[in-house]
Amino acid sequence: MALRELSSLEKYLGLKKPNKYSTQGDKKVPVLQNNNGPPMLGLATIACHLAKEAKRPELLGDTAESRAVVQQWLEYRVTKLDSCTKEDIKFILKDLNLYLQDKVYLAGNRFTVADTLMYYGIHPLIVDLAIQEKEQYVNVTRWFDHIQHYPGVRHHLPPVVVLKNRIYTSRHH
Amino acid sequence: MELFVSEGNPHCLKVLAALEVTGVQCSVQYVNHEERVVPFLSRPTLPALLLPTGLHLFSSNAICRYLFEVSGQECSEFCNQWLEWEATDLQPALLQALYMAVLQGKGSEVSTVLQGPLKFLDQSLSKGGMPYLTGEAVSVADVVLWAALYPVLSDSSQALGEHKSVNGWFDRVASIHSCLSAAQKVLQGKGLQGMKSYMQRQPAPQSSQGRNTQPCNCNPIEGEEGERAFSEEELEAAILNWSKGLSTSPLATDRQHPILPQEGKRNILVTSALPYVNNVPHLGNIIGCVLSADVFSRYGRLRGWNLLFVCGTDEYGTATENKAREEGLTPQLICDKYHAVHSSIYKWFQIDFDFFGRTTTEKQTEIAQDIFWRLHKNGFLVEDTVEQLRCEQCQRFLADRFVEGICPHCKYPEARGDQCDKCGRLINAVELREPQCKVCRQTPVIRSSKHLFLDLPKLETQLEQWLEKSTSTGDWTTNAKQITRSWLRDGLKPRCITRDLLWGTPVPHPDFKEKVFYVWFDAPIGYLSITANYTDEWEKWWKNPHQVELYNFMAKDNVPFHSVVFPCSLLGAQDNYTLVSHLVATEYLNYEDTKFSKSRGVGVFGDMAKDTGIPADVWRFYLLYVRPEGQDSAFSWADMALKNNSELLNNLGNFINRAGMFVTKFFEGCVPVMELQQEDKKLLALVGWELQQYIQLMDKVKIRDALKHILNISRHGNQYIQVNEPWKNIKGGDTERQRAGTVTGVSVNIACLLSVMLMPYMPEVSQTIRNQLNAPQSCVSTMLQGNGTFVCSLCAGHRIGTVSPLFQKLEADQIEALKKRFGGQQPEDEPSKEKTPQSAASTQPAAVPAPAAAVEVVTVNGVDPEKAKQLTQAVAEQGDKVRALKAQNAEKAVITAEVAKLLDLKKQLALAEGKSPEPAPQKGKKKK
Repeated sequence: MALRELSSLEKYLGLKKPNKYSTQGDKKVPVLQNNNGPPMLGLATIACHLAKEAKRPELLGDTAESRAVVQQWLEYRVTKLDSCTKEDIKFILKDLNLYLQDKVYLAGNRFTVADTLMYYGIHPLIVDLAIQEKEQYVNVTRWFDHIQHYPGVRHHLPPVVVLKNRIYTSRHH
Repeated sequence: MELFVSEGNPHCLKVLAALEVTGVQCSVQYVNHEERVVPFLSRPTLPALLLPTGLHLFSSNAICRYLFEVSGQECSEFCNQWLEWEATDLQPALLQALYMAVLQGKGSEVSTVLQGPLKFLDQSLSKGGMPYLTGEAVSVADVVLWAALYPVLSDSSQALGEHKSVNGWFDRVASIHSCLSAAQKVLQGKGLQGMKSYMQRQPAPQSSQGRNTQPCNCNPIEGEEGERAFSEEELEAAILNWSKGLSTSPLATDRQHPILPQEGKRNILVTSALPYVNNVPHLGNIIGCVLSADVFSRYGRLRGWNLLFVCGTDEYGTATENKAREEGLTPQLICDKYHAVHSSIYKWFQIDFDFFGRTTTEKQTEIAQDIFWRLHKNGFLVEDTVEQLRCEQCQRFLADRFVEGICPHCKYPEARGDQCDKCGRLINAVELREPQCKVCRQTPVIRSSKHLFLDLPKLETQLEQWLEKSTSTGDWTTNAKQITRSWLRDGLKPRCITRDLLWGTPVPHPDFKEKVFYVWFDAPIGYLSITANYTDEWEKWWKNPHQVELYNFMAKDNVPFHSVVFPCSLLGAQDNYTLVSHLVATEYLNYEDTKFSKSRGVGVFGDMAKDTGIPADVWRFYLLYVRPEGQDSAFSWADMALKNNSELLNNLGNFINRAGMFVTKFFEGCVPVMELQQEDKKLLALVGWELQQYIQLMDKVKIRDALKHILNISRHGNQYIQVNEPWKNIKGGDTERQRAGTVTGVSVNIACLLSVMLMPYMPEVSQTIRNQLNAPQSCVSTMLQGNGTFVCSLCAGHRIGTVSPLFQKLEADQIEALKKRFGGQQPEDEPSKEKTPQSAASTQPAAVPAPAAAVEVVTVNGVDPEKAKQLTQAVAEQGDKVRALKAQNAEKAVITAEVAKLLDLKKQLALAEGKSPEPAPQKGKKKK
């Protein structure tokens, strides 16, 4: 799974030569086999490395603040999102929904690798949502829909249909 | 810029250390653990850094990285890697370790939990050959990892083993003054204990994390393949057990009814949640209560406990009245009819109740009314009025499900009195617009009606005292404890115990003549009344808390009634009742990742299981294998076939069959002489160890986990046979023949042990194995006594019976057919579906529920139900024939001919059912 994400990311970044990957341990942590150095471990670490390799440092954030925010969401992806239980899902979506209320992308107004990896990671959760739930987390679905239509991002994942306007105008519960 | 931290929080140690090391200017605020600093996070999360832009950073690692970066030290890729490893690998282990050390007092186990990550860190440090993680100077990675490890590594009581490089590195970082001073601020010099109040607020770490790691789908042996080493003493002990032989005083095997508590015995009363009578139970219901309780009861009897297992159907209530109206019968007739349905289903699943009763009995009225009067006398009942809809035409108050009207939220015209089917929101019946009585279609009026309430707040202190004791001494599942705790945390409110209905236990109080007891008050009393119908001396079980241990089995939705409400009834009645000691609740079992649904025909229901042709024992095995123990799990046909074929057929069945066949073929059916060598002794010790694990887990009602140890044993056995190749040795000289004998003898004894361990899970298969091995009955009780002893129960010279295969393969086409059959389309509506390929269903908005009304059987050209029935039978028989031939390795030509016949029959069947004989195209409805 993580390897497919990385290969999608490579395609998005327009890297010509695909890298060699393997996985390690029960959790299938991705490993990048580097010809001129020791192997590199971990999805977030490798994703950042790829952005640098493609000479797209702005994808990691353009200020110290946004760089920290990007790293924070990458960490969120590989910890909270990847090990979430059924009960956690509700909290994750609720929190993200609130966070994204006034943002276009996770790190504010610019698209970053955090958006890509969070999108890949949250995809299975969004697929499982009922229509009412998608409506409940309208900011998450808006962001999700935006990212899945962002040129060159989606690749290995099936598109998810989301509604952008509410069916019911007011909420009672 | 402002940094928020709390005392005793290990993550705050990281950021404070980073702050001191970098010298960045930033104000620090100490807040409570519970403080919600980050506005968009619903759980309190600390530390948090408020950035100049007004945004909050909530990850300690991101904060540290940021502090380093603004002080001019950018994070290298190496650093990135360490920080990611810290978050994904080290933290989960640390959390578990701290949880054990700080809260559970199991400091000694900390080193096992941390072994892996520490080893990795140690190797990386020594390989790198540098003083710090990423080079010659301290980086953010060093500060973060050091701070994370500080609480455990600095604690002198933690013997964490020799990690030379880690220790050197740790001391180097600790010598930086800023680091130690941060540690002092956070832990206050109290060491691990300084973190207690923080840890108490953390959710208990899960041993198997994540929604993707479904325990049911992973191979149980994975990760445990490593060789278990045994000391000389352990090997000696195993040999000693082995040579003990069967105990001479076999336990009384036949149960004498009535079973009553006995002095000096472990007296155990097992109940399974009472299934509601008007529904046919589905697999989720079965695994949640009766099957789990059955396995535990069977196990308990084998352990020699004095055990009574009772259950019955819950028969009163609105739903029964409704069903009676639908079917044009009286409620009593409905109950009689469905009680029989339940009985026969459980019989087929081999649920071995001591008594399976029902709640509509004299005893129920007697006992429920007695408890009621006692509560009344003791002042635990209060009166209040409730607004309800009443139909003047029908002369009765309408239960929620008897009213329909317009949903006040979404305007759906056919909303029910409790919930709207369209928008799914909960509704209070009096809120419905234009309400209608479901029976006569008249408009009901709002009336107030007087009701009695059980005063739970008044009983709360008593309840809490009892709960504290019961949950700490008994084996309550985690979910049971959590659900109970959350009920108490939200505060208890009085609960209405009466209802304006006819079908129920009458309230004996003269002011409430027309009323009956509400189901939740009445139903758990069923446990008592059912026992009373079993024996007049029922009070020896139910009013005997000192001699009796009570186990309640249920699914998690039933927990509050068993842990809060019913105990309150019994505590308030003050008659020395036996309250639950062990509350065992399962999570939910899903069907192929969706819910079971009777109305949509999704899933397997109790009465259909036997029509699948799959034996009851295989059903039991698979349901127990995926038992939702600790988290939800899913029933999947493909997985069931896989587990049947890999675990039962290739692992367990294969081993037992080989062991038996070797005795038959090589030793004329008599167990050969065994000369144990070192390798055999090791195996005995290993098998004995698995047996002990099994017993420890079963004693704690970890039914699914225990099953895995049975399968481990046969896996060890298969390996043992594979390595020792008795089929080759038997053709060799005396030494080789002797070796073949020992291996065969040990193997067939392991097979005998397996039959005993399997007994609670697969009673029929277990008996078949012992019949085939002609095993003495006393082997059953001998091996499960105490901690579990693996003895040689089939000695040299013992003659075994006729050995034959135990399991059959589940073929892919068979499973595909079953999946289709139970996948949501009722068999009847398939022809009508065919007429509109790519039916409109897929384009309908998902919010509109499919019409619930049953689809009438449509007669399409050529459909002949009678013929279809005969052909179904013929297909099944022919299928069995083909499988039997394959199992016997019959000649290919013979098999091909029979397969052709089978295919022809299937074609005819499809025609008779009105289907196209070609394989059915994909249905319009998409399946995940």
